[in-house]
Order: sequence, then structure tokens, then C-alpha cells
Amino acid sequence: VTGPIVVVGSSLAGVRAAETLRAEGFDGPLTIVGEEPHAPYDRPPLSKELLAGKSTAADVALRVDPALDAEWRLGCRALALDLDRRVLATDGGDIAFDGLVIATGVRPRTLPGLEPVPGEIFTLRTLDDALALRSALAGAPRVLIVGAGFIGVEVATSARALGCAVSVVSLDPPVAVAGPEVSAVCAGLLTDAGVRVHAGRRIAELARAAVVLDDGTRLAFDVAVVAVGATPNVEWLAGSGLTLDDGIVCDASCAAVGVDRVVAAGDVARWPNALFGGAPMRVEHWTNAVEQGAAAARTLLHGSGPHTAHGSVPGFWSDHCGTRLQSVGLPALGDRLELVDGALADGRFAAAAYAGDRLVGAVTYGIPRALARYRMELARPPQEAVA
Amino acid sequence: MRIVVDQSVCDLHGQCVFAAPQLFRFDAQGELEWEAEVGGELEPAARKAQAICPASAIELRP
Repeated sequence: VTGPIVVVGSSLAGVRAAETLRAEGFDGPLTIVGEEPHAPYDRPPLSKELLAGKSTAADVALRVDPALDAEWRLGCRALALDLDRRVLATDGGDIAFDGLVIATGVRPRTLPGLEPVPGEIFTLRTLDDALALRSALAGAPRVLIVGAGFIGVEVATSARALGCAVSVVSLDPPVAVAGPEVSAVCAGLLTDAGVRVHAGRRIAELARAAVVLDDGTRLAFDVAVVAVGATPNVEWLAGSGLTLDDGIVCDASCAAVGVDRVVAAGDVARWPNALFGGAPMRVEHWTNAVEQGAAAARTLLHGSGPHTAHGSVPGFWSDHCGTRLQSVGLPALGDRLELVDGALADGRFAAAAYAGDRLVGAVTYGIPRALARYRMELARPPQEAVA
Repeated sequence: MRIVVDQSVCDLHGQCVFAAPQLFRFDAQGELEWEAEVGGELEPAARKAQAICPASAIELRP
């Protein structure tokens, strides 16, 4: 890359990519395009401290290297990509580039009949979403949460802390990604916190401000939050020549396949993870956005190859019910969970997950130090394909 | 390079321990321990740990 570099996406992956470009010596023009008008912010607190009123919009500002020399184009939406002319079309005009980093992330899925309605039905992804939901939770309304992934259980915790009556409806058990034993612990913690959990249930009927579940339970709500996963923001890339398949299809170095000098990072990138046998995956986790942003930037400067391959041990955390669930690897792929500390019944434990004899992940409520050795073991390449 | 960890901000996520076990570890009580002085060859590991800290608790001083 010799000419200007444009980073599309001003959240964690995009910002870390931009910082890495500079750290690795790129001294050409650098532009960061962000759809949201806000300066970069950190998303994990949105469903937790910010929603619970313990932190403000200023508190969640993302740390950005003050020496980063970049032109910021915030409140600017990417519309299309022309790789013949190497131009990014935006609603603020065309921007020419030589190298491109795509970090446009994901947006919440919605459910038919429960599409967002201001003040009443919400999804949660952005700072504006969180601030609007926080306003709606004042006055302790009855809250229905659809989905029991991280966002669902975190919003449930925050809403309970605000005195709301909270019901969670989910087809899957809570935090299913952590495996069934952990789900059972999470369900217990939620119930103890006063959250009504309706797991394994479908919404059979929608009424005005109420749902009826497939077991006949009717739940009236003042506020509903739909937290049923996310969809990659790739529609704007249709016809651009990039390969799109639930995200941007990349090589092992996070370079978009079939085109030159375009890389992708964060929630939107699908790449063969060297640490998991090269199985193509998208990883919507905070730590991957940091690592992959940096990896994609290095690829743009130094080319694709073994020297820039991105291997990532997936890892997540979720603060809910007054404790922290933390995981490394992919514990849900395991067929056996081995307790290494604490006790599941106490809601404080650490356990390693194995598929046969192979370690695939480790998970804890409240004992992060127990994960360290498993994290090291999982980082030791190469692993066989497990996905 | 010197590593400073702001203990009022550190939330014991352990991401620094995962990213740079040569520099950061948990003690038997689960508290964070780290190397305060880092030589040149470990500076990239220190930068990795700083970048991956969810609480932005790690400061690196020349």
C-alpha cells in the first residue's frame, strides 16, 4: 500500500486497525469513516453500567491514541465500493483510497411483529439505543426480553437493578454459547435475581404490548427488548467484487478474498482461524475486534501470508447477576466439562471443556485466574479442526 | 519500559494474563501481579496486553 488508507467503521476494530497502521509505520493519509455521529465508544458497558445508570456516555468513550493522525468522517455512511476506481461512495461524497479496512460490524436482528418502536420495543447495539432504553426503563416498567444471550441476560440484570419486573423468553437456554452446564447455572442466577426465565419457549402470539408463549403463558410488557443476535453489515458491498457469505469472506490474514489491498476485521469478518484448524468463523467478541483490527492492518501493510495469519483464541465475558461469566476457546463444542475449581451449585466455579481428549475451552463464573493455563494451552498452534 | 496498572480501574478480567503471560499473572489469591520493568524484547507483549485490557488500566511509560 502506497497511497491513502480508508478505514470504514469507527468502533473498536476500526480504531485499533488505524492505530496499528500508524504503529507499523504507515505515514500516508488515513481516513476513518463512521456512520454514527459519536466519537468512538466502548460497547460492553452499554448493556451494563450505562443502562443501570452507573456510567454516562462520557464514561464509555473508547481510548484512542492521542497521537493518531487521522481524518475523522463521523456521521458518514458508506454506500458502495468501487474497486475498479478504488473509491468509497458515502452519503458525504466519494473518498479515494489505495488500501481499505472494512470494519462495519453487525446490527441487531429483529423479529417480525417486534420491530423497534420508539419508547416501547428496542434492540441494543449503539450508544443511542442504550440511552433511549435507559430512559424507557425509568419508572420501573414491566420488561420483556426476547433472547437470552449476553445482551439479554445483561439487560435483564440492569433492568432488575432499576426495579423493573423482568421476563426473559428464549428458544435457547441462557448463554447457550457457554454450554449446557453453564446455562443451568445462569438460569439459576437469573431466577435468584428475580428474573422470570422462560427458556425453550417460542412466542406463539403477538398482541398489543403482550406476547403469548407456546406453553400458554401470557406476558404483558411496557418495554420489550429484542436481543436475538446480529447480522453483518455487508449489504453496501453487494456487487463490489467482495465475496459475501454471512460476513466478508477473508483469507487467513484477514484479506478479503479475490481482491487487492482490502482487509476486514471485527464482527463483519469471516476468516479461517488458524488456531481452530482453519475453520472459517466470525467472532463477535470484544477481544477479537482488538486483535483482528491489528492483524488486518498488518496484512494491509505487509501482505497476506503465514507472517500475517491471524489466529485467535475466542474469549468473552459477560457481567450479570452480580458476577462475571468468562470463557476462553469454544466450550460449547465440548462433550465433557471437567470442574477444576469451586462448585456449580454455588454459582462460582471454573471448568475445562473437552471434546474427547482435546481441550476446546474453559469457562468460569468468578474465578478468572483458573482460565490462564487453559488459555495458554488453547493458544498453542496448531489445533485440529473442531468446528 | 515501565508497566503501571491503575488498580482503581483494573477489573481483574485477566486479558493481560492471557495475552502476555510472561509479564502478567494471577497470584494464589487471584490478585494481579506483573513485571514493572520490561526489556526491549518483551515490549511488544506489553503493548499487546495494554491494547487488550477491557478497562484500559495499563499504562506503558518509556
